[in-house]
Amino acid sequence: MFIKKIKYNFKEQTNAAPLAIFRLFFGIMLFGSIIRFWTNGWIEKLYLEPKFHFSYFGFSWIKPIGNYTYLLFILCGLSALFVAIGYKYRIAIITFFISFLYIELMDKTTYLNHYYFISIVSFLMLFLPANAYFSLDAFIKKQQYKQIPKWTIDSIKLLLVIIYFYAGLAKLNSDWLFRAMPLKIWLPSKYDLPLIGENLMQQNWFHFAMSWSGMLYDLAIPFLLLYKRTRFVAFLFVIFFHVFTRVLFPIGMFPYIMIVSALIFFDASLHNKIINFIKKYILKSKETILLVNDFHFSNVKRKLFLGILSVFFAIQVLLPWRYLSYPGELFWTEEGYRFSWRVMLMEKAGSTNFKIVNLDSGTHFRVNNTDFLSSFQEKQMSYQPDFILEYAHFLGDHFTKQGHKNVGVFAESYVALNGRLSTEFIDKKVDLYQQKLSFKHKKWVVPFKSEIKIKGI
Amino acid sequence: MFRKFSLLFVSIITLSACSTSEETLPIVTDSFDRGAMLVNIADNIIIPAYEDFGSKMNTLKTAGETFTTVTTQTNLEALRTSWFSAYKTWQHIEMFNIGKAEEVQFTFYMNIYPLTVKDVEDNIANGNYDLNSVNNQDAQGFPALDYLLNGIASTDIAILEKYTTASNKDNYKKYITAVLNQMNDLTTQVILDFKAQKNTFVSNTSNTLTGSVNELINDYIFYYEKRLRASKFGIPAGIFSSSSLPEKVEGFYKNDISKELSLEALTAVKNLFEGKYYNSSTTGASFKDYLIKLDRADIATSISSQFETARTEINKLNNSFSIQINEDNTAMTKSYDELQKSVVLLKVDMLQAFNISVDYVDADGD
Repeated sequence: MFIKKIKYNFKEQTNAAPLAIFRLFFGIMLFGSIIRFWTNGWIEKLYLEPKFHFSYFGFSWIKPIGNYTYLLFILCGLSALFVAIGYKYRIAIITFFISFLYIELMDKTTYLNHYYFISIVSFLMLFLPANAYFSLDAFIKKQQYKQIPKWTIDSIKLLLVIIYFYAGLAKLNSDWLFRAMPLKIWLPSKYDLPLIGENLMQQNWFHFAMSWSGMLYDLAIPFLLLYKRTRFVAFLFVIFFHVFTRVLFPIGMFPYIMIVSALIFFDASLHNKIINFIKKYILKSKETILLVNDFHFSNVKRKLFLGILSVFFAIQVLLPWRYLSYPGELFWTEEGYRFSWRVMLMEKAGSTNFKIVNLDSGTHFRVNNTDFLSSFQEKQMSYQPDFILEYAHFLGDHFTKQGHKNVGVFAESYVALNGRLSTEFIDKKVDLYQQKLSFKHKKWVVPFKSEIKIKGI
Repeated sequence: MFRKFSLLFVSIITLSACSTSEETLPIVTDSFDRGAMLVNIADNIIIPAYEDFGSKMNTLKTAGETFTTVTTQTNLEALRTSWFSAYKTWQHIEMFNIGKAEEVQFTFYMNIYPLTVKDVEDNIANGNYDLNSVNNQDAQGFPALDYLLNGIASTDIAILEKYTTASNKDNYKKYITAVLNQMNDLTTQVILDFKAQKNTFVSNTSNTLTGSVNELINDYIFYYEKRLRASKFGIPAGIFSSSSLPEKVEGFYKNDISKELSLEALTAVKNLFEGKYYNSSTTGASFKDYLIKLDRADIATSISSQFETARTEINKLNNSFSIQINEDNTAMTKSYDELQKSVVLLKVDMLQAFNISVDYVDADGD
């Protein structure tokens, strides 16, 4: 079986229905996400009201664009809808990918693993023939393809396998497994859940059970979904797990997106039944479209796409390990933390205040963070070193522009991680204004000194 | 496959139907009783403090009426005494920015300092003003009385002249009356409303943005950080500006009470943390107990002892913070530093232990 896997046949064809259903459900979920984001007032709150935005390194040129930001969201939402129905698919998915990526790059305060997930899945979908079957494009052209290259569907499966498996690996650490952190903090605070809030959520054994089963779930579920005989049970687990996390934590649309994504693992017969159901009861259409048997990429396109996707997957597999090239505790410095499927691993909070010093005279004053940051930005800034440095530079520039001379920016920062008492986070004596923004190790972060060490991957 | 899915949905529904029958079993509750904590805070801290303040506010209003009718040195002194007494009790209730107090912005009409003297004098000169206007928030309340009773002239004789012989003496008296009426009206409203809403307040124990525990704790930390630490110490000591601003202390015109007021506020903050009954040594369920229940006695004792460290530092200061700032501002900033340490403990450590939601935004815990 292993040899069969290695000798992967890129010419093999398979039924197109799973990809069509994935396109439809994924598109609907994204459309719903955009609507939800808008109606929650988050466009104003997260992108329009703050005076300052935190940028990803090298992307400081991408900022919210005033009232045009609404237009960006309209574009993003509409293209998601077009992806769902498969209308002008190629243009729609390109528009969606670019507009969504732009939104994500506007301010890293809002970074979430599941937004990253949407970004990379939509990147992958740029290359897939997701409109070949059961799409408006096919309806208009009056021809659809029953078979598509198998690797196109397998690439989505591969991505999901990587995500789950890496999320499981990330849980192999002593805080998660042997201190049941941060679930030990989070679960008891759900005391207001009906039935289980006042008892189950408060039990020590339950915190440990949840930690361990969460780890086992993430590591095992991709393989249980791949293997035909365990697939149905695995899918029940997927539903249970994601619905349960939805009840417990404020994670928005993500659980639903993962549930519908997992359908891709099933055989085409299920997807065909869903399509028939939709045709019969929702579209109420009996029209049959001319079925052309096979969809093939041209040789050039196939080679190009496979080349791009090989690089893409190599990055996916390697990127989460980049933290190994940094010294110090990953959870503390967060160097190499993002884009690595480290989900729900930390309860981290901080208090970080800045002192603007005239380096000549030594006179100084402190900054009121609320003058520049929203409460959400201040919260995120307070415990993430790259945020602290970027903000320190912003403050240095701001006060220099105001006419202050010889400006130095110093931080007084305390951070608490996974139930340890707060300790000093940033070296008080370091002028952050003189420190360059880069991917290099940040020496001015006070090393993690807690006696309760974190061991593991 | 499709049939399997329909089976799944049926079984989910059956399962949830079955689980309702479990409700008849006795439920073991071993989490902290937030309801009891709210009852203690409402019945033994908020309401007694409100009632005490209400009666002192009444006395203050009467003293004001006496002074404006019979303007004498004796009555001026009596008015000052009841003003100070009410001002001290005020320190015990300012942190409760809940219900009506939040709705009418109680604090903004009672204790915004520094006072804008020009607005006060303009109002008096015009004889025509609306104290409900946002523009007049810094022209009324305790700071306005501070100015009218202690600051409008340099000696008591000169102050009395403003109310007895000055050409617009009636407007001065009228302003005192207007300010007192406004304070008293707002106080009555806030107290009545809290008493009426008490049961709702006490039973709303959910862990949501509008849950009573969350509101109370967020207000508490906000008060400690912005009003106690920053307004009473940080801002006048020049922590947030390039030079110190001694004219921004609380009770600037009386000039020897800023320390006593701030110590009173610190006591109130510590008492709420420890669940200590108002004006009594008895204690009940508190934030501190909640921390201990969550196995975080380390945070609980750190906070209590840090409050005491701050108190020791503040005790070293001059009764008048403005004199202290002008003579030796480092002593003032030392007090600020000790108060700041508690901000970290409350805002980072305690909030983390309680896992209280501050904002409604999606998160995936990273």
